[in-house]
Amino acid sequence: MKRILALCMAMILAMATFAWAADDTVRIGVFLPLTGQNAFGGQLELEGVQMAHKEAGTVLGKKVELFVVDNKSDKVEAANATKRLIEKEKVQAIIGTYGSSLAMAGGEHSENAGIPQVGTSCTNPLVTQGKKYIFRVCFIDPFQGAGAATYAAKTLGFKKAAMLVDVANDYSVGLSNFFKKSFTKQGGQIVATLNYQSGDQDFTAQLTKIIAEKPDVLFIPSYFAEGAIIMKQAKELGATFKIMGGDAMDNPEITKIGGKAVEGFVHTTFPYDPSMKEMNPVAKKFTDDWKKTHSADKEPNVNAALGYDAYMIIIDAIKRAGKADPAAITKALAETKGFVGVTGATTINETHDAEKPVGLVMIQDGKKVYTGEITPDL
Amino acid sequence: MNVEQFIQHALNSLTLGSLYALIAIGYTMVYGILRLINFAHSEIFMLGAYFVFWGVTLFALPWPVAIVLSIAVTALTGVLVDRIAYRPLRDAPRISALISAIGVSFFLQNVAIVFFQAIPRAVYRPEWMEDPLIWGNVRVLPITLFVPVLSVALMLALLWVVYRTKTGLGMRAISKDIETSYLMGVPVNRVIAVTFGIGSALAAASGIMWALRYPQLQPVMGAIPGFKAFIAAVFGGIGSIQGAVVGGVVLGFIEIMTVAFFPDLAGYRDAFAFVLLIGVLLIKPTGLFGDKAEEKV
Repeated sequence: MKRILALCMAMILAMATFAWAADDTVRIGVFLPLTGQNAFGGQLELEGVQMAHKEAGTVLGKKVELFVVDNKSDKVEAANATKRLIEKEKVQAIIGTYGSSLAMAGGEHSENAGIPQVGTSCTNPLVTQGKKYIFRVCFIDPFQGAGAATYAAKTLGFKKAAMLVDVANDYSVGLSNFFKKSFTKQGGQIVATLNYQSGDQDFTAQLTKIIAEKPDVLFIPSYFAEGAIIMKQAKELGATFKIMGGDAMDNPEITKIGGKAVEGFVHTTFPYDPSMKEMNPVAKKFTDDWKKTHSADKEPNVNAALGYDAYMIIIDAIKRAGKADPAAITKALAETKGFVGVTGATTINETHDAEKPVGLVMIQDGKKVYTGEITPDL
Repeated sequence: MNVEQFIQHALNSLTLGSLYALIAIGYTMVYGILRLINFAHSEIFMLGAYFVFWGVTLFALPWPVAIVLSIAVTALTGVLVDRIAYRPLRDAPRISALISAIGVSFFLQNVAIVFFQAIPRAVYRPEWMEDPLIWGNVRVLPITLFVPVLSVALMLALLWVVYRTKTGLGMRAISKDIETSYLMGVPVNRVIAVTFGIGSALAAASGIMWALRYPQLQPVMGAIPGFKAFIAAVFGGIGSIQGAVVGGVVLGFIEIMTVAFFPDLAGYRDAFAFVLLIGVLLIKPTGLFGDKAEEKV
């Protein structure tokens, strides 16, 4: 009796394995903040991923299936999200996420399970540090922070800078450290560093203090929701200094919320913007396709572009690997060189980060204008 | 710090504090009458803000009409919340109503995320609100001066309702002893509905003011101001209308002045609010203006 039972079990197991092997789909997981504080970035990135999926829905003759999980802008939810994708959905690769803190929380499970994960816009160096299976299609904070500092010090000739930093956010703290390092290295001086916490809406106390120090430039490595009202309050308090920020400020809503207060604001970002004069063919196709499927007032931005690139770089890796098992995808991802995506030519370096130039965007007459690229003085 | 900067900080504190006060009044009213901490108040606050900006942007209503409509609809929502989530629990242990309140809070927040989406929305302010008034280096938006005046006016109006009207008499009776009020013929449910209506109307008013001051709408925008206002209400003595106003203003000053005098601690200003809460609970649990707690057995 026992033997028959064991035999049955073995058969069931064998069938299950067979079913798994015969599965002719490639399963890709996506974890992004679709609700909560970072939802604005996550939703745009998801749209980018979905656009890419529609365009390249098959690879090696297999159908690609997407599994989307909302990480709710929460570190614990992010860890749960990757766990669920790996254990329940049995995905072969994972895309995500917006937000370095979330990527770090979610990355633990991917790393332990050996499932490759491609970050979209998580720019903190710690995301990939010492990790075998974690990659990203964006450059890292030292590039951006130093890029902004180089622009302020070299291009604009500023000497005194102030910073307003979100202490509860790894991205914000990271960017400000590298801005400070690069700016002081180039002979500048940081005259004030004030802090706040994600979710704060009143910055008048900090700004009053900063205005009193009379800086030439204020660096705000914040997310756009806070950034826009920081600028609005700064203007109301009579600030006349230049304001600069990072890629998290790259959102079409910023001009709607900030109005006149964001005029002249400059932020570093990835080398893509719909206002770019010279686009590579991939970027051009992406922009045209986006405009066909969206209403005129919804422009694509860099988050959508990075979502698209993250998906495409995985498909590219699967093609080169010739099979879709996690180890092969990981190996192929690590060997990516000169992959042309919407955000320029991407090479994955030995720390699994993307190498690409830093773009600069300025807001002029209520519109984002791509003003060029800069090589940061690290 | 020079005088001008100090005045600037003081004015910043006054606006923030008055906004807290405005929210705190709603908390304190419901607590004063039902001994219920209405956690859904933060979400009512958020709804009030959304309604008015919908009125202005989607239906192109003039501001005064949109504001009145928003306050009316929000008040109705508050009454409905009471009818659906609190009234059936009137005779249940107090903890049940509290849990129900937390449930309603999460429910409304998630409904808002579904309907309004999680993306922050821009708030369009009337032109005249955009230009600050300037004295030397001190700058304030007109709303900065308007909010404290409004808070005090609403406080006075409310005190009049509570102490000079029949409904107010009913409120005070219910707050003393709900069972006896039933027996004495006080229309308890109606008076409580009115309380929720007024409390929610105040939440709407504060939501609108908040959104005009910090021009952005988000489904979770009520959470932090709601918490702060709750602390302000406890500090002032929960149940006391004057206490809520004083508590709100004091909290605003503590927050802003912490940043002004200890800039290094700017990132932890929320923590100071909680330190204040713990301090009050330890030293004078009834708050500044609170009655002696008469816990009935």
